[in-house]
Amino acid sequence: MGGTDAKDILGLPKTPLSLTQEKKSRPQKESHRKPDGISREVYALTGGVAPLMPSIDLKRRPPADEKVAWKWLSFTNSARKDDLQLYHWVRVVNDVPPTGDYSFAKYNKSVDILKYTDEEYENHLTDPVWTKEETDQLFEFCQNFDLRFVVIADRFPVSRTVEELKDRYYSVNRALLRARAQSPADVANHPLMKEPYDITRDRERKRALSMVLSQSRHQEKKDAEILAEAKRITEMRLAARRAEEPDVSANENAGLDKADGVVPGRSVSPTSNSQLPATAVAPSTLTMADYASTLASLRMLHVYLRTYGLEQMVQAASSAVGLRTIKRVEQTLQDLGVNLKPKVPTKTVCDEHLELRKEILTLLNLQKQLQYKESEGSSHREGSYAAMPDTPKDRVFASDPFSFGAERPIKKDQKRKGPGRQADTPSPAHKRPRKLKASDL
Amino acid sequence: MESDIEILSEADASMRKLRIFGIDDREDENGRRRIKDVEVYVPIVCGSIAFYLGKKATEYRTHKWTVYVRGATNEDLGVVIKRVIFHLHPSFNNPTRVVDAPPFALSECGWGEFKIDITVFFHTDVCEKKLELSHVLKLNPENAYGPIPKSIKIPVVAESYNEVVFPDPFESFVARVHNHPAIQISNIPDGLNLPPPGVADTYYLMEKGDTKEHPLSPWFLKFSEVEELFKLTAARQKVQADIAKLKRQLIMVDGQPEGLESSSGYEC
Repeated sequence: MGGTDAKDILGLPKTPLSLTQEKKSRPQKESHRKPDGISREVYALTGGVAPLMPSIDLKRRPPADEKVAWKWLSFTNSARKDDLQLYHWVRVVNDVPPTGDYSFAKYNKSVDILKYTDEEYENHLTDPVWTKEETDQLFEFCQNFDLRFVVIADRFPVSRTVEELKDRYYSVNRALLRARAQSPADVANHPLMKEPYDITRDRERKRALSMVLSQSRHQEKKDAEILAEAKRITEMRLAARRAEEPDVSANENAGLDKADGVVPGRSVSPTSNSQLPATAVAPSTLTMADYASTLASLRMLHVYLRTYGLEQMVQAASSAVGLRTIKRVEQTLQDLGVNLKPKVPTKTVCDEHLELRKEILTLLNLQKQLQYKESEGSSHREGSYAAMPDTPKDRVFASDPFSFGAERPIKKDQKRKGPGRQADTPSPAHKRPRKLKASDL
Repeated sequence: MESDIEILSEADASMRKLRIFGIDDREDENGRRRIKDVEVYVPIVCGSIAFYLGKKATEYRTHKWTVYVRGATNEDLGVVIKRVIFHLHPSFNNPTRVVDAPPFALSECGWGEFKIDITVFFHTDVCEKKLELSHVLKLNPENAYGPIPKSIKIPVVAESYNEVVFPDPFESFVARVHNHPAIQISNIPDGLNLPPPGVADTYYLMEKGDTKEHPLSPWFLKFSEVEELFKLTAARQKVQADIAKLKRQLIMVDGQPEGLESSSGYEC
């Protein structure tokens, strides 16, 4: 592996096994996708994958029989309202200047704003809050500013909120459409008619959004906990209810509905809310909620076997961890000579068993943390290799111009790691493009 | 709306939340009240004893076995259990066998081992829900190394210990049973004012109820938590010691983030 060769030569310790395995797969992927037309290293600059847009085909040369000249000519822009003639360089082929409009004129798009006559206004569009002048001005602004209501709101002489402006504009449009249509059926499919602008909903939506935005971290955590807890409780209760006989008490029914009603009402976008914070919440808080809801659901059963109760609690403890960790916990229990399921499951034994499992989880967690911290220290050096997927490590010594480049990343790392040496350490990704400086050698 | 949400830090909080959601199951439809945070539990043993019939065995009846649910110290379970239903293998006639009085046991003759589903019903003042258990009937003797020869005199005993837990029990139930030897109560507060005791659905006290004299009782296994508890406590101590050691190590590693690089040869 090229990386280890480099390190050998430079006299550095080899990387731990896991890192080499990681790096092996990456260069293999890179090597068989080299494009034509640009050099390998330049291609690697773009991230080593195919570009989103087709790149310029540099191999394609203009045919030899063409005579290309560049002339300074004037041009007109159809997007302009005046007849201003500007000048620019034009590629003239065989003395024939190019035809057609200015190439950027097609980007001058604008929104089609309906225009109403005074008569139409009198008949359909009057409104207690809006005067004709205001409405006219609104429409003029809409035309000028391409329906950018934020800008319109800013420049409107009378101060009105964005929602009010939108409301007025869309209601006028709807009224106009209805008035001008031959029959109501014609316009029924127009997007404006099918989904009319609802000002109260819009206001509510924006208020909710700003609430979500302005939530503190703490609030997010609380919300996620509570939502997870409520979901578990309703799920557990649903399961318990299914196991019950048909005579469910009215209390529980009402409770269940209320539970559904309370939770979504609390924040308008609960799903988006819980998506992000769910990852941010520490596993320990989620597990506490799991225990609580498991205990609650056990109580709802009114009777259960001790072994079943222990199983549920163990499941709750393991819910936040992966299968591998669960297996390690079980292995640890066996190593300690403890039965995975207690042979004499008394209350005390089960409590102790659960506590032991929790402690083992803590232990494994700490072990992982320690491992991570230790490898983090040594991976600072490896980080430059691991973080640079484009480094053709096995080619470092083959291509001469970059032989110095191999040295550079190492040196950079040494600088970075010394305490207080360099305040502005560039990230590994930027090492490559840096030009060789005399000071580096 | 803000008041609806509380921080969940313990099981208690979830109960609070249930109440906020409108469920207060402390009182049921009959106005019976439950005692919160108290647990009534009944140590039971569920098992089977099978005797090989030897010369008297026929092709389809090689063993005489009894499946039962008993109190762990052979106390009378009739105090809480009203009825036990044993669901036998469909090859038996009337595979659903109902036992209405203690001792809650069922005897049969057969040749095969199978899983027996057991449904336990409790007196109304105890719990309205039923409890499901199961037990695998064992006929063929074996020890740690494998099968051993059958004997007519020594039965094959398979028992498993468990506890039936009644969380937040009814006050009247607790009043009725709180001195009964079969019943254990945890967390019971002192000076609790209990209402008059409830009445069990069927009252078989001291008649057929006392299983201490049961003919099979010599074969019952004894279950003690001592050994397991000892192992668990030792394990916990070891794990706690390891945790402390790791925590110390972590603190040390945090103290020198560049500690591992100090051996590098490059100085710039």
